[in-house]
Amino acid sequence: MMESVIEQQQQQQYQQAAVEPEAGYNFAFLDEQTKRMIRRSILKAVAIPGYQVPFGGREMPLPYGWGTGGIQVTAAVLGRDDVLKVIDQGSDDTTNAVNIRRFFRRTAGVATTERTADATLIQTRHRIPETPLSSGQIMIYQVPVPEPLRWLEPSEQQTRKLHAMADYGLMSVGLYEDIARLGKIATSYDYPVVVNNRYMMRPSPIPKFDNPKLDRSPALQLFGAGREKRIYAVPPYTSVKSLDFEDYPFEIESWEHSCSLCGSDASFLDELIVDDHGARMYVCSDSDYCRQRVAAQSAQSTPSGEPS
Amino acid sequence: MYVAVKGGERAIEASYLALARTRRGDTALPELSIAQIREQMPLAVARVMTEGSLYDRDLAALAIKQASGDLLEAVFLLRAYRTTLPRLLSTLPLDTSKMTIERRISSTFKDVPGGQVLGATYDYTQRLLDFSLAAESGFQVADAVPPQENTKENTQNSPRVMPRVLDFLNAEGLIQQEPVPPGDPAPGDLTREPLAFPAQRDIRLQNLARADEGFVLAMAYSTQRGYANTHPFAGEIRHGSVAVEVIPEELGFAIEIGEIEITECQMVNQFAGSHTEAACFTRGYGLTFGHNERKAMAMGLMDRSLRCEELGEEASAPAQMAEFVLYHSDNVEASGFLQHLKLPHYVDFQSELNLVRALRRKTAQAADAAAEAENLAAEEQFPDAPASDAQKAA
Repeated sequence: MMESVIEQQQQQQYQQAAVEPEAGYNFAFLDEQTKRMIRRSILKAVAIPGYQVPFGGREMPLPYGWGTGGIQVTAAVLGRDDVLKVIDQGSDDTTNAVNIRRFFRRTAGVATTERTADATLIQTRHRIPETPLSSGQIMIYQVPVPEPLRWLEPSEQQTRKLHAMADYGLMSVGLYEDIARLGKIATSYDYPVVVNNRYMMRPSPIPKFDNPKLDRSPALQLFGAGREKRIYAVPPYTSVKSLDFEDYPFEIESWEHSCSLCGSDASFLDELIVDDHGARMYVCSDSDYCRQRVAAQSAQSTPSGEPS
Repeated sequence: MYVAVKGGERAIEASYLALARTRRGDTALPELSIAQIREQMPLAVARVMTEGSLYDRDLAALAIKQASGDLLEAVFLLRAYRTTLPRLLSTLPLDTSKMTIERRISSTFKDVPGGQVLGATYDYTQRLLDFSLAAESGFQVADAVPPQENTKENTQNSPRVMPRVLDFLNAEGLIQQEPVPPGDPAPGDLTREPLAFPAQRDIRLQNLARADEGFVLAMAYSTQRGYANTHPFAGEIRHGSVAVEVIPEELGFAIEIGEIEITECQMVNQFAGSHTEAACFTRGYGLTFGHNERKAMAMGLMDRSLRCEELGEEASAPAQMAEFVLYHSDNVEASGFLQHLKLPHYVDFQSELNLVRALRRKTAQAADAAAEAENLAAEEQFPDAPASDAQKAA
């Protein structure tokens, strides 16, 4: 009895039920015509996996570079029954994630959650949750720079041609030069991938640790770049290959430590400096995953029937 | 338990309050009214309306007040509001030859029909701080001299049509003809369709009109200093009010719905001619809301500079590269992306930390291995000598 009350309280803390949105705005801020325009772009993006579809991105009440692309995609696909989760750096509590969640609470009034498994829509900046996604979920990535070849070729006219011809030699040479000079590929996040064996794509600045989660994911993955006015997509169960060479296969980073809170040795860890002497502590970047594990451990260590 | 990342919501709410306090300043002083900003800071209002691409002096003044005087933030506020507005009608093209002139100068002719009208300008003010303005209750010129436009006689005498200086050059065929394209297609709209290349002149002009004044100024300046090569003359700069007309569908004829204040600049540039065309002058066009000559002139230079391709000139300088100029001119985009660096990046930084540590380990291992190999080689050469001596010998 006692336990179920506590559980309920915890549940409330991490979930908010749907409310009436604030008056004066259309549902999810954007007008219906704009949403239709964005949905058409999304459909095209899904039909051509990894291809950057130009769209008439609108000026949003949040700054460019702070998630306006992701917000527009979310606004276009959000329905009244959806349950929204917003994360930044893997966490629901960072100010930017809080701010975007508040924006949709105010303008759409949808239910929100911090639990990955309970969410129907997840807007993210820089991480993919550790908890595996499931069919029917939609991941929406905020994208600062959509063009994978941008650092190698600054002109958009040129890079569009290179994509049209699937001419990705520039990137192979760039990665090869890394290996020649440094002994390994020196890209640790926003690591380029090839989608469906055709288009090279930037997965947004997720750590390369998350790249394998993109591949054949059961969830629909949508990418929105507001400032650059591009939308692209990876449909469910689509192949996403991280670039590598036969003799230098793609590898993800690992830690010598495990999470100080939940003990996980399989999750992406944030390094914290905890005192003036530079002592370090490592904790999961995915705050929901970490909390679920801690809760499960404390449930196990406390035999049922006894007060916790 | 690590708690620093918790409480984001409370922190944001507290920052709202702190911002409101900072904006209000010393409460012993009276609060600024929107009307005061609108009337007494017309140049700031003009800039915010131009770059916000919305003509509404009251909303621009409100944005300036809300932004604590940060004009870029005010532009952002106005743009975010603009995006929610429905499009009811398109106006007819403004006829700037029918402008009620406040100011009009030409640097290409000593006198022109309609005359040179200096109007309100800082140009010849000698920039001495005017301490009489600091004494707020003191005598001010504005109190003593009523504005000329208000006298009935003046309004009657002022010409309804003030021909544009460049039209005289046009009549003589000395300036490149710019006929209305066949079918008079509607101009593109960057706020509805994404920028694509090659960008046509309508899109370039819209981009430049919305562009950050500082950016356009600097780019235009670069062409004057030698990055690209423009030979501009200020053919005409005019500032005043023009009528805005629409044709409602149910009426079928034009009606005037109001007036807006604008600044128009037509730059005259040399063009040496090509194989197919005789030498002539070419035009660079600038237009802003309100009174903003600096922006209008810079825009005129940049319009001409970006026409290099159609005029067969080599594009060698940044100010001639449409992609470079048009992609980097918008201060709402630039400011947002630059300031997003304030957002947490600790996941990416963690990845970089791991990478740099791994690379350093690799370098250290390689150095160790090299040293070991060297020692080994030395030992083989001088089996009895200690390694350090062997190194000296080598």
